[in-house]
Amino acid sequence: MVNVTGLDLKNPTILAAGIMGTTGAAMIRMVKAGAGAVVTKSIGPEPKIGHSNPSMIQLDCGYINAMGLPNPSYADFVDEIRIVKEAVDVPVIASIFGGDATEFVQVAEGLGSADPDAFELNVSCPHADGYGATIGSDPALVEDITRTVRDAVDVPVWVKLTPNVTDIVDIGKAAQRGGADAVVAINTVRAMAIDVASGYPILGNRFGGLSGAAIRPIAVKCIYDLYQALDIPIIGVGGVSTWQDSVELIMAGASAVQIGSAVVDSPYVFRHVSNGIERYLDEKDHAGIEDIIGIAHEMI
Amino acid sequence: MRPIDTRIIRTIQETPSTRTFFFDVSFDDAQPGQFVMVWARGVDEVPMTLSYINAITVQKVGDCTSHIVALSEGDSLGIRGPLGNGFTMPEKDERILFVAGGVGSAPLAPLADRATSIGASVVSVLGARNSDELIFEERFSQAGEVYVTTDDGSSGRCGFVTDQLLDMDVAMFDHIYVCGPEIMMYKVFENLRDKQVHGRAEFSLHRYFKCGIGVCGACCMDPTGLRVCKDGPVFNGLQLESSEFGKYKRSACGQKISI
Repeated sequence: MVNVTGLDLKNPTILAAGIMGTTGAAMIRMVKAGAGAVVTKSIGPEPKIGHSNPSMIQLDCGYINAMGLPNPSYADFVDEIRIVKEAVDVPVIASIFGGDATEFVQVAEGLGSADPDAFELNVSCPHADGYGATIGSDPALVEDITRTVRDAVDVPVWVKLTPNVTDIVDIGKAAQRGGADAVVAINTVRAMAIDVASGYPILGNRFGGLSGAAIRPIAVKCIYDLYQALDIPIIGVGGVSTWQDSVELIMAGASAVQIGSAVVDSPYVFRHVSNGIERYLDEKDHAGIEDIIGIAHEMI
Repeated sequence: MRPIDTRIIRTIQETPSTRTFFFDVSFDDAQPGQFVMVWARGVDEVPMTLSYINAITVQKVGDCTSHIVALSEGDSLGIRGPLGNGFTMPEKDERILFVAGGVGSAPLAPLADRATSIGASVVSVLGARNSDELIFEERFSQAGEVYVTTDDGSSGRCGFVTDQLLDMDVAMFDHIYVCGPEIMMYKVFENLRDKQVHGRAEFSLHRYFKCGIGVCGACCMDPTGLRVCKDGPVFNGLQLESSEFGKYKRSACGQKISI
C-alpha cells in the first residue's frame, strides 16, 4: 500500500491518462491486471471526436500520438466512472480538461456525482489547440485553474505537466501555489514523423507527442528538478515498462509511477512492475517505497 | 511500425459499391482474419481485413472508404499491419461452416482458400442484399458446398443466412466462422447459442479504431474490456456472451450507439 495525497494506492503503479480509460470496463481490466490506481481518459465539457487517423504510430524509439482529446463529455462519462468505482477497490482519478478555469470546474462538478477519488488536470496535452499545453505553458493560467478547481472540489487535485516548456519547474511551482496536492510529470514530448514515401506527416494532426522508452530520460530529469523545487508529491510518468524504469523515476523523486504505452504488449505490465518494485525493496531491506523516493538527490 | 508504402497494381469491381485492390506488397505472414490499417494520405486511416494475402476489398461507407474506392492502378496507400488476431486455423479432417453477410465474406475468403488447400470439409452460407452484392461466391464454391440467401430473392434463397442455418445441423461442424454486419452476426450467435455450439464459432468484429495497436482503449468491449484491435478482431462465441455484442458500439468520441 502506498499513500499519495491521502489516497491509498494498492501499489505504486497507476494507469496513465489517455490509455485504456475510455470505458469503465477497460479500467476494471487494468485494475485486475494489477494497477494500483487508474486515471481516466481526459474528459471535457463537450463530446469531441478528436483528430483524424493515423492517431498513433509505433516508431523504432517509442510511439507518437495525436488523439485530440476524444471523449464523450462529462455528462456521458459519469456512468463509466460509476461502473469502475463500483467494481474496484483502488482510487479512480478523473482526468479533466477545459479551455479555461470555468470549464475545468464545470467538468469536475459534472463528474462529482460519481465520486472520483481525485482529479488530474490535463494542462499538458501537446496537440489540442486551446487546451492542454496551450494553457499548461503559462504559469499564471496553471495557477488560476488549479486554484479554481481546488476551491470547487473536496478531493485531491493533481496537475499533469508538459515537458514542452523552457523550465517545467516554473509550471510546477505555479501548480503548487494554486494549491495542487501533487504534480504529475511528464506528458508526452512534442514530436513528428514524416512518411518518406510521400512527404506527408503521418499523424492526422501532422504532429503529436512522443511516449515510450525514448522519453524516460527526459521524465527522470524533469522529476529530479521538480523534486528539488516543490514540497508536494510528484507522480512520475514517461516511458516506464519495467520495475527498473519505475525505480529510476522514484529515485529521481516520484512517489508513484504511471504507466501508459507499455500496456500495448500486456495489461499485466502493472503486476510485473509492482511485484518487481516490491522484490527490489525487500532485497535492499527497505521498509517501503518512501526509503527510496528522491534518493538520487543524496548520492553526491 | 510506420505505414508501408503500397502501390495498387490491379483493381476488381466486385459489386456496384465494392472494389478489391491488389498491392505490390504481399503480407505473407498474415493469418486470415487479421487486419491492416489503411492510410489514405491526407484523408484518414481505417481498419480493413485482408481479402487476399496482398489485397483488401473495400465497400464505400464513409469519407475514407469513398476516397479509397475511387483510387486506381498506380495510386498508393500507406499500410500498417498485419495487426490483431486472426481465425483459429482448421485442420485437415475438420468440418467447417462459413457464415458471411455482404462484404463480410472478404475476411473469410482467405480462410476458405486455406481450407481448400488442406482439404477440409467446407459448407458456406453467403448472404447478401441482392445478387449484385454477392461477392467471392466462387472462392467458397471451390472449398465446398455453398448456400446463398438474398434479402430480395434475386439469388438463392429469399431471406437471411439465419433462415438457412435453421435448416442445417450446425452441431456437425468443428469450426464455425462468421463475418458480416453485427446485427446479422448477432442473429447467428443467438442461433448457435440456442444449440450450445457458439463455443465453436468465431466472429470478426468491427469497432471504431483510433490507435489500432491496443493502447488507447477506444475499441474496448463491455464488460470485459477486451480490445477489438489487439485482443480481437476475431472473438470466440464464448467471449461474446452477455457482452455489448449485438447491442451497442461506441462512436469516435466514445458515446454508445445502438446496433
